[in-house]
Amino acid sequence: MLTKLAWRNIWRNRRRTFITAGSVMFAVFFAVFLRSIQEGTWNNMLDNVVNFYYGYAQVHREGYQDDQSIDKAFEITDTLKELAAIPSIKSIVPRLESFALASHDEHTTGVMVVGTQPDEEDGMTQLSDRLVQGNYLDADDKSALVGLGLANYLKLGLGDTIVLISQGYHGVNAAGKYAIKGLLKFGSPELNKRMVYLALPEAQRLYGAEQLVTTLALNIENKEATSKVVSAVNKMLGKGHYEVLDWQEMMPDLVQAKELDTGGSYLVLFVLYIIIGFGIFGTILMMTEERSYEFGILLAIGMKRLPLSIIVWLEIVFIGLIGTLAGMVLSFPLVYYFHINPIDLAAMGEDVAKTYEKFGMEPVMPAALDPSLFLTQAIIVLLITTFLAIYPFYKINKLDPISAMRR
Amino acid sequence: MSIITTKAVTKVYNPTTIPVEALRGVDLTVEQGEFTAIVGPSGSGKTTLLNIIGGLDRPTDGYVEVNGKDISKLNDNRLIDFRKDNIGFVFQAYNLIPVLTAKENVEFVMLLQKRSKAERDARSEELLTAVGLDDQMDRRPAQLSGGQQQRVAVARALASKPSFVLADEPTANLDSKSTANLLDIMARLNKEEGVTFVFSTHDQRVIDRARRVITLVDGAIASDERKES
Repeated sequence: MLTKLAWRNIWRNRRRTFITAGSVMFAVFFAVFLRSIQEGTWNNMLDNVVNFYYGYAQVHREGYQDDQSIDKAFEITDTLKELAAIPSIKSIVPRLESFALASHDEHTTGVMVVGTQPDEEDGMTQLSDRLVQGNYLDADDKSALVGLGLANYLKLGLGDTIVLISQGYHGVNAAGKYAIKGLLKFGSPELNKRMVYLALPEAQRLYGAEQLVTTLALNIENKEATSKVVSAVNKMLGKGHYEVLDWQEMMPDLVQAKELDTGGSYLVLFVLYIIIGFGIFGTILMMTEERSYEFGILLAIGMKRLPLSIIVWLEIVFIGLIGTLAGMVLSFPLVYYFHINPIDLAAMGEDVAKTYEKFGMEPVMPAALDPSLFLTQAIIVLLITTFLAIYPFYKINKLDPISAMRR
Repeated sequence: MSIITTKAVTKVYNPTTIPVEALRGVDLTVEQGEFTAIVGPSGSGKTTLLNIIGGLDRPTDGYVEVNGKDISKLNDNRLIDFRKDNIGFVFQAYNLIPVLTAKENVEFVMLLQKRSKAERDARSEELLTAVGLDDQMDRRPAQLSGGQQQRVAVARALASKPSFVLADEPTANLDSKSTANLLDIMARLNKEEGVTFVFSTHDQRVIDRARRVITLVDGAIASDERKES
């Protein structure tokens, strides 16, 4: 009966119920949309970097993460080969990575040289899908693939030669020239401007590091299995020789930037919640004030204060629920649309796109279609409503039925 | 058998600022089955006395016994329970719950008493039939006339099987026909079922039908007349 009474009571003043539920709906809608776009944009960026280059976890020689020197290259021992047997690891991609100066004609720039096994690399990062011109590498290729941004900067085309100069393993001179076999386009502008791919044996020759690699990128079935795989690898390799890092440890700056940005959005949402909270509280004040007389009557005929307070509390929770559900239902199609069709910032002008690229971000904003985002925002708004609905408990607890009925 | 006894009941409002003495030493006994009107000019203390008898207010001095129990000493929660189980209220402005139907309004107090659904159904239908509203049970208060709403209020007051019904100016908002109708119903319930009614009223039509008339003047009983039935 309490529930029935509360449900019927909220329809006594339909307009007020709709306005209050509308404000809750707006809060949920706005919060869900904002967080989806933000989370989607960050996920897209992280995926660009993680899926298209790093992989979810990597094995290095101990200390490589802090000092990324080619001198920390290592041989692929039998134990390391056995890592492929760990469940959830689909394959292991060995890489020899180092930095070099790249030049063509009068232009020179710093690049990241990745020597890799082309087939394994393609199995993990689908590198061949990134080709916009030319052909993919063979296992013993002597030519190179370069990022489109780098090619543009050095004014390189297919068949042109890129010269790489660096310091090799234990200080040997490293120099080589390579024909451009293909141009790659990455989602991440940073990768676009920096990447040069060679076949692993060619990179080992360049750096004087025969049979050595700096990185074993682990091709893991899914993101969620990462921590399990990392602990299994750690267990197999023991401590001291190698470091096993997940993608968050490999990119702490990016992870922190995401957290900072998310924190900023919560500040915006907090202000929104406060504004909406005041609106809801206004309704609660009106509901309790204008019904004091009725509450007095109910107390007089024998209704206790607690169930009476629960009725009013339920009324507000119902309004909150209606608004929350409506907000979720309303935001879903919009979030879904922008999940499928990300906002293209390039369409807003070249300057906008360039600004994003300057910060290493792809100028697209897809919305994340993550149920937890919907639920989190809905729960926050519902909790605020539920918390504010405590006021009638206070009001009814100190209500004097005679004074209330005298009005 | 007396069901209501007040002894030296006084009520002083604003005792620390500007004291207003609403009741001054009221001694009163109401027997089972009475049909009593408390009358008097505005400000004479009728409503205050009714509120104190009904456990809605506490006396400044003196005490009130209902069925031999001193209700002045009960705490808030016990007093609410006491009102629910022992006293039926009829108010001037009907005060039905607007979102409940006539039948649900009558059932409401029984629900608070945790009576079974079958009992609630049977009693609410019986009471609404007794007040002549057997064909209006599913209507909400806004769909009923003032007189009909007050009859629902009487049925609601009786639903908990109270020791007595307190009615504060029950006919104040009713036209002559509805007043006569309501008084007929209450008189019949009093006569046939022995329900005790205590009214506060200005209405001469109610005073004429009452079998006992207590007149209050300036917070004290000025006269207490019993009529021959």
